[in-house]
Amino acid sequence: MTTLKPAAWDASVAQSIIDELAAKPGALLPILHALQDRFAYVPDAAVPLIAATLKLSRAEVHGVISFYHHFRTHQPGKHVVEVCRAEACQAVGARALEAHAKASLGVDYHGTTSDRNITLEPVYCLGNCSCGPSVRIGDEIHAYVDAERFDELVEELRTDVLEVQ
Amino acid sequence: MSITIYVPSDTTAKALGADRVAQLIAETAANQQIDLVVKRNGTRALYWIEPLIEVDSEHGRYGFGPVKAKDVASLFAAKFWEGQVDHPLALGLVDELDYLKKQQRLTFSRIGKANPTDLADYQALEGYQGLRKALALEPQAIVDEVKNSGLRGRGGAAFPTGIKWQTVLNAPAEQKYIVCNADEGDSGTFADRLVMECDPFMLIEGMTIAGLAVGATQGYIYCRSEYPLAVENLNLAIQAAYDNNLLGADILGSGKHFDLEVRMGAGAYICGEETSLLESLEGKRGLVRAKPPLPAIVGLFGQPTIVNNVLSLAAVPFIMDKGAQAYADCGMGRSRGTLPFQVAGNVKFGGLVELAFGPSLRELMFDFGGGTRSGRPLRAVQVGGPLGAYLPESQWDLPLDYEAFAQAGAVLGHGGVVMFDDTVDMSEQARFSMEFCVAESCGKCTPCRIGSTRGVEVIDKIRAGQNVNANLELLSDLCETMLDGSLCAMGGMTPFPVQSAVKHFPEDFQAPVKQGEEA
Repeated sequence: MTTLKPAAWDASVAQSIIDELAAKPGALLPILHALQDRFAYVPDAAVPLIAATLKLSRAEVHGVISFYHHFRTHQPGKHVVEVCRAEACQAVGARALEAHAKASLGVDYHGTTSDRNITLEPVYCLGNCSCGPSVRIGDEIHAYVDAERFDELVEELRTDVLEVQ
Repeated sequence: MSITIYVPSDTTAKALGADRVAQLIAETAANQQIDLVVKRNGTRALYWIEPLIEVDSEHGRYGFGPVKAKDVASLFAAKFWEGQVDHPLALGLVDELDYLKKQQRLTFSRIGKANPTDLADYQALEGYQGLRKALALEPQAIVDEVKNSGLRGRGGAAFPTGIKWQTVLNAPAEQKYIVCNADEGDSGTFADRLVMECDPFMLIEGMTIAGLAVGATQGYIYCRSEYPLAVENLNLAIQAAYDNNLLGADILGSGKHFDLEVRMGAGAYICGEETSLLESLEGKRGLVRAKPPLPAIVGLFGQPTIVNNVLSLAAVPFIMDKGAQAYADCGMGRSRGTLPFQVAGNVKFGGLVELAFGPSLRELMFDFGGGTRSGRPLRAVQVGGPLGAYLPESQWDLPLDYEAFAQAGAVLGHGGVVMFDDTVDMSEQARFSMEFCVAESCGKCTPCRIGSTRGVEVIDKIRAGQNVNANLELLSDLCETMLDGSLCAMGGMTPFPVQSAVKHFPEDFQAPVKQGEEA
């Protein structure tokens, strides 16, 4: 698989993203999504820029970022691997998969492997509920993921050197 | 003449390798100089035979599945494009498959037949007939049609859709809104995803009709961020609708105006609660609002707003096209029409089963689902998402009907059915329900915010064998407090799975967990 490489933080790029969306009603979530899509996370440095443009306090912007599980404030690894924790996947072995994922990667949820390659995240339902356990890597979803399949997917990420800029 | 081969393209089919299969079929056909055209359809949502490849023929479509990349060579060797051929994966005519034939697919009549984002495909399959009829009607006549259909909110609360629309129609305002709740967070549900990924024009058409009905000119679809393909297909379909005057300032030359935009959620389950969703759309933390005022009076940006689930809005084009009576003719009692059930979890034949209300849960899980995937005995089933009760075998003969479920202390919710075999530990499931509430509570009210944390602690003590009976009593008290004292369904319904697990599976709460297993 290929991964879109996130751009390094650049305040002027961030400001132009913010300006482009600021006029939308209820612009804050679209802005946060756009920033995270570009930089892979929403850096603290973005908060005052957003606050000033939307005429909000920094606390309000921070409050919104911290409310939603999707937004992260630290640079993740090169790949984000999300393991579904919801009931339909539990019924077919997700708990064992979660334990395997943590043990084999050597990280807990929200952690990143020491080589900065993989960040492990929990997710509550990917809508693939007849064919679990489910795992999402980037925007790709994988079905029937047992420990063996998980290791194969991780191996593919480790050998993935080709990137599309 | 070239033969059309359909390869599905929804999230689950892709997760099972459909993209690779499509690519291989196209490449092999080119290499062998066979005149095949690969077309990407949605999915029939018969997930145990996905990827389900279909071959167009004069008799209908012949199916092959589940097709993996390694099967493509043998399919070509068997000349699968001739349809009725001998191959281990051959399924015969797709429309004749029992699983499909036994259903009443009204809302999902088109699903899997067409390219989801091709407007011509949609219109060839009766798409936009409902809107054309609605454009000729007065707003009150549209609302009356929806009322007469008996349609009730498919998100879970089952409130009559027509009455909600009437309230918004009656509310005087310069600006009104149509908001589609597409934050399908319940585990075991994927019907909203299927609409958005496989038949997005149906949702767009339903929302446009809603806009005409109440005089709203702006719509938002609030879709969860876990559904990237749904967002992509919706955006493609919305663009096509704009390009063909089906959205915008002058819909089909009528002078009527409706704009539509997709907004993405950000991984907060609570934003499926309608007032939390509105806060989120306004760019705020998804804190639940106290009701009243109802969103129909004071909704998005303080204006009258229809907030409907994807399936409610998706049912509207059928109702407008075929008439309220055609829809109301299905169902039982006060549950009219059909509900798309989703059979999931530990199930052999999982998928979408759209049925008129009335059959039993057992029929759904065995006649359709075929029992568990593991082959072990079925022990518990959770209906209606993470806030739905766990039902033991004594309740599997309940008819699938809002009132019958409510009487039994259960909910049909969004129609998700999650099956568990006999390896399930129900005290662990109860703990998870509380843990989920800890993670997803918006924090506004105390019973939900604090109660869930206390709930996890108490269940941990019970599982460790500490003062089991006293702690069970404490848990029962805590559940009552959450039920009675919470602002919304998050805290108010989290006790449902917990209490049902304790009540119906008491043995799982009496045996101390094995050494080393305690969390």
